Amino acid sequence: MYDPANEHDACGLGFIAHIKGNPSHAIVTQGLQILKNLTHRGATGADPLQGDGAGILVQLPDAFLRRACGRQGLTLPALGQYGVGMVFLPKEPASRMACEQEIERAVAGEGQLLLGWRDVPTDNSGLSERTKDVEPVIRQVFIARGSNRIDQDALERKLYIIRKKSGHAIQALKLKHGKEFYVPSMSSRTIVYKGMLLAHQVGEYYLDLRDPTMVSALAMVHQRFSTNTFPTWDLAHPFRLVCHNGEINTLRGNVNWIRARQQAISSTVLGDDLDKIWPLIYDGQSDSASFDNCLELLLMGGYPLAHAMMLMIPEAWAGNPLMDEDRRAFYEYHAALMEPWDGPAAMAFTDGRQIGATLDRNGLRPARYIVTDDDYVIMASEVGVLDIPERKIIRKWRLQPGKMLLVDTEQGRIIDDAELKRTLATAKPYRAWIDRTRIALEDLPAPAPPQRSKVSLLDRQQAFGYTQEDLKLILAPMALNGEEAVGSMGNDAALPVLSNRPKVLYAYFKQLFAQVTNPPIDPIREELVMSLVTFIGPRPNLLAVDIAPDATDLPMRLEAGKPILTADEMEKIRHIGLFTGATFRSRELDICYPAAWGAAGMEAALASLCAHAEDAIRLGFNILIVSDRNVSSELMPIPALLATAAVHQHLVRKGLRTSTGLVVETGSAREVHHFALLAGYGAEAIYPYLALETLAQLHEIVPEVSPEESAKRFVKAICKGLYKVMSKMGISTYQSYCGAQIFEAVGLNSAFIDKYFTGTASNIQGIGLFEVSDEAYRLHQIAFGDSPVLRDALDAGGEYQYRVRGEEHMWTPDSIAKLQHAARANSHSTYQEYAKLINDQSRRLMTLRGLFELKPAGAPVPLDEVEPAAEIVKRFATGAMSLGSISTEAHTTLAIAMNRIGGKSNTGEGGEDAHRYPLMRKGETLSSRIAGVVVDVPVREGDSLRSRIKQVASARFGVTAEYLVNADQLQIKMAQGAKPGEGGQLPGHKVSEYIAKLRFSVPGVGLISPPPHHDIYSIEDLAQLIHDLKNANPQASISVKLVSEVGVGTVAAGVAKAKADHVTIAGHDGGTGASPESSIKHAGTPWELGLAETQQTLVLNRLRGRIAVQVDGQMKTGRDVVVGALLGADEFGFATAPLVAAGCIMMRKCHLNTCPVGIATQDPVLRAKFDGQPEHVVNFMFFVADEVRAIMAALGIRRFEQLIGRSDLLDTRVGIDHWKARGLDFSRIFYQPPMPPEVARFHCEEQDHRLDRALDHQLIAAAAAAIEQETPVRLEYRIRNAHRSVGAMLSGIVARRYGHAGLPEDTIHVAFDGIAGQSFGAFLARGISFELQGATNDYVGKGLSGGRIVVYPDPESPARPDENIVIGNTVMYGAIAGEAYFRGIAGERFCVRNSGASAVVEGTGDHGCEYMTGGTVVVLGRTGRNFAAGMSGGIAFVYDEDGTFKERCNTAMVSIERVQVETEQVQAEAELAAAGNGRVRHGEVSDEALLRGLIERHLRFTASTRALAMLDNWEVARGKFVRVFPNEYKRALAELFARRALMSATDRQREAV
Amino acid sequence: MGKTTGFIELQRISEVALPIGERVRNYREFISALKDDQASKQGARCMDCGIPFCQSGCPINNIIPDWNDLVYRQQWHEALEVLHSTNNFPEFTGRICPAPCEAACTLNINDDPVGIKSIEHFIIDKGWEEGWVAPQPPKRKTGKRVAVVGSGPAGMACAQQLGRAGHEVVLFEKADRIGGLLRYGIPDFKMEKYHIDRRVEQMRAEGVEFRVNAHVGATGKNGVPAARLLEEFDALVASAGSEHPRDLDVPGRDLDGVHFAMDFLPLQNRRVAGDTDVPPLTAKGRHVIVIGGGDTGSDCVGTSNRQGASSVTQFELLPQPPEHENKPLVWPYWPMKMRTSSSHEEGCERDWAVQTKAFTGEGGKVVALVASRVEWKDGKLRDVPGSEFELKADLVLFAMGYLHPVHAGMLEELGVEYDARGNVKADTEHYRTSVPKLFAAGDTRRGQSLVVWAIREGRQCARAVDEFLMGASELPR
Repeated sequence: MYDPANEHDACGLGFIAHIKGNPSHAIVTQGLQILKNLTHRGATGADPLQGDGAGILVQLPDAFLRRACGRQGLTLPALGQYGVGMVFLPKEPASRMACEQEIERAVAGEGQLLLGWRDVPTDNSGLSERTKDVEPVIRQVFIARGSNRIDQDALERKLYIIRKKSGHAIQALKLKHGKEFYVPSMSSRTIVYKGMLLAHQVGEYYLDLRDPTMVSALAMVHQRFSTNTFPTWDLAHPFRLVCHNGEINTLRGNVNWIRARQQAISSTVLGDDLDKIWPLIYDGQSDSASFDNCLELLLMGGYPLAHAMMLMIPEAWAGNPLMDEDRRAFYEYHAALMEPWDGPAAMAFTDGRQIGATLDRNGLRPARYIVTDDDYVIMASEVGVLDIPERKIIRKWRLQPGKMLLVDTEQGRIIDDAELKRTLATAKPYRAWIDRTRIALEDLPAPAPPQRSKVSLLDRQQAFGYTQEDLKLILAPMALNGEEAVGSMGNDAALPVLSNRPKVLYAYFKQLFAQVTNPPIDPIREELVMSLVTFIGPRPNLLAVDIAPDATDLPMRLEAGKPILTADEMEKIRHIGLFTGATFRSRELDICYPAAWGAAGMEAALASLCAHAEDAIRLGFNILIVSDRNVSSELMPIPALLATAAVHQHLVRKGLRTSTGLVVETGSAREVHHFALLAGYGAEAIYPYLALETLAQLHEIVPEVSPEESAKRFVKAICKGLYKVMSKMGISTYQSYCGAQIFEAVGLNSAFIDKYFTGTASNIQGIGLFEVSDEAYRLHQIAFGDSPVLRDALDAGGEYQYRVRGEEHMWTPDSIAKLQHAARANSHSTYQEYAKLINDQSRRLMTLRGLFELKPAGAPVPLDEVEPAAEIVKRFATGAMSLGSISTEAHTTLAIAMNRIGGKSNTGEGGEDAHRYPLMRKGETLSSRIAGVVVDVPVREGDSLRSRIKQVASARFGVTAEYLVNADQLQIKMAQGAKPGEGGQLPGHKVSEYIAKLRFSVPGVGLISPPPHHDIYSIEDLAQLIHDLKNANPQASISVKLVSEVGVGTVAAGVAKAKADHVTIAGHDGGTGASPESSIKHAGTPWELGLAETQQTLVLNRLRGRIAVQVDGQMKTGRDVVVGALLGADEFGFATAPLVAAGCIMMRKCHLNTCPVGIATQDPVLRAKFDGQPEHVVNFMFFVADEVRAIMAALGIRRFEQLIGRSDLLDTRVGIDHWKARGLDFSRIFYQPPMPPEVARFHCEEQDHRLDRALDHQLIAAAAAAIEQETPVRLEYRIRNAHRSVGAMLSGIVARRYGHAGLPEDTIHVAFDGIAGQSFGAFLARGISFELQGATNDYVGKGLSGGRIVVYPDPESPARPDENIVIGNTVMYGAIAGEAYFRGIAGERFCVRNSGASAVVEGTGDHGCEYMTGGTVVVLGRTGRNFAAGMSGGIAFVYDEDGTFKERCNTAMVSIERVQVETEQVQAEAELAAAGNGRVRHGEVSDEALLRGLIERHLRFTASTRALAMLDNWEVARGKFVRVFPNEYKRALAELFARRALMSATDRQREAV
Repeated sequence: MGKTTGFIELQRISEVALPIGERVRNYREFISALKDDQASKQGARCMDCGIPFCQSGCPINNIIPDWNDLVYRQQWHEALEVLHSTNNFPEFTGRICPAPCEAACTLNINDDPVGIKSIEHFIIDKGWEEGWVAPQPPKRKTGKRVAVVGSGPAGMACAQQLGRAGHEVVLFEKADRIGGLLRYGIPDFKMEKYHIDRRVEQMRAEGVEFRVNAHVGATGKNGVPAARLLEEFDALVASAGSEHPRDLDVPGRDLDGVHFAMDFLPLQNRRVAGDTDVPPLTAKGRHVIVIGGGDTGSDCVGTSNRQGASSVTQFELLPQPPEHENKPLVWPYWPMKMRTSSSHEEGCERDWAVQTKAFTGEGGKVVALVASRVEWKDGKLRDVPGSEFELKADLVLFAMGYLHPVHAGMLEELGVEYDARGNVKADTEHYRTSVPKLFAAGDTRRGQSLVVWAIREGRQCARAVDEFLMGASELPR
């Protein structure tokens, strides 16, 4: 199932350039040095000598080449009159010859002169054997211009055409070795040296680079971290123009849209040559390569470099009130030309004259740069990659979200973002053009309302597969609340392809989501980057760069603010010709066909639909409306998704797609997933007429909402849902989501997919067009048939809640009852009845594994020879359920049970009570140990309440050094089965005093878990977090939790290379937590798929031995465990089943806090009803293990590890007689990669975490006295960027000994000098102070646990500290306690999720204090945008010098107030108290005192001149400070105060008595 | 759905029964349905479970959460539609069903279950009151003819479903009135008989033909040869109940005053119905002993008290069940526990683990019952030595259940195959017997059971017959 298309990479990148353009060899050497110093950002695979790829791009070294060519008798013309192609050629001589000849032929064909070839000298002695195996022959081809008439730009274009043409020709030869052919560069300005190399190997391998005459004024370098280990030579960066750290999430859409333009594109400079470039992008190219191809086209088509970059990666302009009008107009104009290439990206680019870099709109990649006093600019993913003395640095800054850095070596200056964009934005009258051409759908007058269908609502609902649940559980909540309904407890219903009921086509697609290799976005708190703007209609010519300012024939643009249309808006489009003087002409394509033709008729109906679409465009129609509103008893609709995708794909293939708009008018779309699918397969706008009509009739269910209002709320809910679906893949704009096909299919066959959903992954085959049509036909029959049940009512559904006549579920009344009775009575026979209900799917098909058959490995063995159950249960773990989602009683029950059997329980996200760490002593009870326990669950002496697995989730609640060291496994939750790619929210009413204590938050204040970990935007970031955690607790294994989706195997391989010890593959169906229904149902895939892919990819990469694989998701029986093992799992997670054993009855009401059996609730009254016991869970686990043993005995296997990865023992059950399931093909799941026997297939080795290199070993040794006797020590060290996670290991040791309380302040004081690597001072424990003179990279003070961090620049640096950056991005993420002082400016996301630490900084980037729940932040300067988004607690003081702070603050949850004078505050508090209103105070002292005290400390520790100036003139300074106070926090503080006042009053009364 | 916290805030409300003194004076129903607001509050207690155990606990799979919610929101008519979608005769079950749904209710784990039965009772009474229960004649006829033999709840449900599917249905009943055990087994004070009459009217309007006094397989005046029906009809459904009673072969069995319950109970129903030619057997002034602790036993107790018995004693062979079941090991299934019926409340001595040894008589009439105590050891029944006792008795009623359907007559005539227990052999998928065209449903197939099971079988069998006749069926199972 491994597919190279799923590869991801991330990396370190950088460049060095001389601003004035002075070339030198030193620049080349320093470029290579940057690479070496970024080594830790790359990865090595199973073979340490094998790299993922690295390279360097330099200016064409004319002198060097002239000399080198001279030696072989080749004379070069003047610089600028010739180009050099760097060519990778096949080793096999005949193929090589063929390739060379094609190039030569193209040179001649394009009228240029071939000068000759040069063999590039290389030294491959340092390469691994596997690398050498695929090493190409590397030659340079020299091409001179064919005529004096062409200038250098024209020569560049010719070289481009030569490269494209020869490439196509070689592809067409279909040589066996043709894949080895690749042209890294062919230019008269630049040359690229790269390969499948490690960072340090680039300079060693290419001898050219060592030559002193190899000079350049710029060097752009890149080192790759790929998720797998068979990268090839051509995948290395730099590409011809760019190198890239990040990922283009919308790649498939972008590539499709490029192809779709073929017929609608023309260029004055390229002329007819344009026809020679197609296909512009080959199938299967990496995102970076595709991006490079597109950028190249724009450049060759005449765009300036920076302009082209802005077109492809625009800033977030739609929702940005701070952007000036011209720039907004620039972006708005270009938005219609091309959809953004969306995703996290730090992109460095150069054409050999200009070099620059830009960051995506969200700023999700680090990029730091410095400018020296001798005109060098050095930009890299990290600061400190070259040893530049501080005194030479005049500017230290970072790339900011959407911003660009551009060095123009010809002009000899840096063009800053503002100037650059101002110049481009005012070059043409963009605003005037837009005003002339823009038609806003919203602004058009409404035509007469449409005619209603004569067919009854019920019949039409039935024809589109509506159920009662659609009304009650999908539409009604949206009408009521304007958002999607929330459900709980995962999905245990039958897969659509296994269901006996006709399903809508939408159900067969699963949403993809970001995990590890790129971050999801928070569409609520970071809404400023999101946009649903959609263009309906044809796209302008992409390469029309030379439009005259007063041009009159500009193409018109029809724009809508959102893609969901109301009835009025649909009518406007239907009659669009009337409003636009026939500039736009819409044509309706009826997708209904005579039901009499039956299922067999659909194929032809589709074919004629596509033909009609093409005809309509050729007739001049430019908006196509795909419509099924004519559905009736005679006419049945083609599923709208199928029709849309078919038309879209057809037009893409014909190159006509950008000549028309595509609007879908359908009765079928009703839930978010449906709209997402229609969008993902090409719909620019969707009109859900039947959903809207249904909503108008819903007043019976939601009498309180009027029909108009419910329609409005529905549209709002769908829009919010679309944001969520897009953002979980990290996509911010509808425009780029449209057509991006971010889905995989489960249960559709490849003939069907290839034809209509081209490029969508589908791994197990399944039904095809006939069955899809048959399902539609059956629905039509139901709708217009005469069934007494369905005559007057919709089908019950039963998809979300069990219904006897509804969809099949694994959890049924009987399976729950049997499991509970078995666990309680320890009855083996009752368990067997239970297991039979689950395992036997001969009649009720529900899971893929239910269709598997087990084949014996040999003769059966006696049961007593099989590994004992007590050993097997050690492989079991319970799922991550936080205390908060479940009660203390339920949480501890699971922990005790798992500890008794030697398995593992998982704390979930939410911290853990330190009281749970020591073993239970004699006579202790649960309530004597833990405060507030309602039910004394039976415990024994020696029981452990500690969760062996501690989760590290995005919110980092309670993740202290103490928490980390009290774990046996640390699990980084990248995604969870119930809602992969999404964040979460614990509503305020669930945050009890106890939960607040564990999470270091305020009772009653809601808590938000961000969608991404803000310290994991890429695979190399994950490697860093793994390194941090391993440092903090070297004994714990580090686990990464992923969710099954296509490509998860590749991600898992990356995780293994990032040195995780353990990976969990969760199925889509698991999950106990609350989550939107569409996420529960439609995101992720069954674990059988993800696990098989993981095992295959890991084995193939020889990585399997060093990582343990766990699988979870609806694990219920021993058979499930055996299937999991055969597909490659070492360990197994159970969540729902042990909960059921402990009393859960699948209410699916967890989100309501009303669990009637006391499990998923914090209400003490309901918790008292908890009746589960550890023994019940223990019994269940042993039943499962016993069942496993029995199966092992029958299969003839004695040791569990002999099961792992034996997918050859699986087969498809014979005789599956099911109209849908019979098309399934599991051969890809059962596939075993052919690897030699010594390659490990289960976990049997250890990762090498390279902890031996940690600076902390020195710190720990030197601080022994402090650690042992609390004697203060003072230490000094030099530090550099390769020193990462400094302080984490030391803190772990302190926390092990002293807990969270730590040591007395400043017991261990370490003064550092230099540039610190990432995660400086991570989890720093109380009593440790780090003082750094210099600067740091990202993640300073991550999880700060009481320590102190001080960073200030070298006083010798000429750069003003308060105007330059001193620390990186995501500083103090998840800090819990302690203090930090930073003299200088911080990057993006300062103090995100801070819950208790104090920090002073002199300026911040975007998203400061996001999700903060506690602590105090003082910003002495300017903040970036979106400050305080999602901030629910703590306080921030911001120095608002010019009164503009409110524009940059997100005030959805906070208020901006002035800072009161101390006396004023005290008086105001007294008045409030007197009036009986609770006092509101954040700290122990008044705000003024708190603020002033922190600034004083800042001055003391950092000698900040800014602090000094403020303190010197305090009255004025105080007046300019504002306090940012979360509203909810304020309310909770008042309540808390009132409660405490009441309590102390009662105490006083009691004393008086 | 429902009220999110209803189950925490609101208590179970029981239906009001008339005081004992009042109700034993006549044979009228004495339970009154909930009031509108009471029903609404009771519906609010439903938690709309992710897995509604009640629905599976209910043999006809009533969609209980849905109508609970509709009742909570006072949408009575809609509630009735949902109720009728699974249950042809909710007024029967709303009165006399022991409500396994309530045993399975999630609230029953650690609280009082939702009063599901009282809500059902409420909905259907409301429906009749409002005139919402109307005939549903089929849109078109199929031309197929089906004979249903036996007009108990299984036969009625089967006939109604088949009629609505468009078949021509004739329902044969050996007695003089329609209803089977509903008519003559269940006393009026549990369920008055106009409920049956109303349904008969509805079914007649839907096209079902009723033939009373038509004893299929019997000879004589009322006899109808079964073979002829098989010839004349396209399908034949046997739903004649399980009427072969368990007997007690002890000395004195033949004495006058020792009767099967079903020799006793129907007489009273006929008197209530106004029949005048009823034999004079009653409990008035007698010392009554009822043998058998089930529902029929209870009915004998209630009837005896109403007739003015001097004393009523009820014996049960099995030991006294516990007051409360072991819920963690039983829920959601039907628990064995001590149950006290309304008839018991009206006055009755109850004794358990008692085995009748003999009856003694005077002048051919029974005067006393000799019994001994028994105990169960290793699954076997043993007399407790020396525990023998004698009790005054001048009316002894056997209510020890039914073994299987009466074989003589139709079944023997058709030569149908039986299962091990002597019931007609047929599965619950196709309901087909060993005889072509002959189907069986209800107690005849299943053995003695609840009315609600009979309705289920009748409905499912109707679908099977429809499928058999038409090749496919849209009738719900």
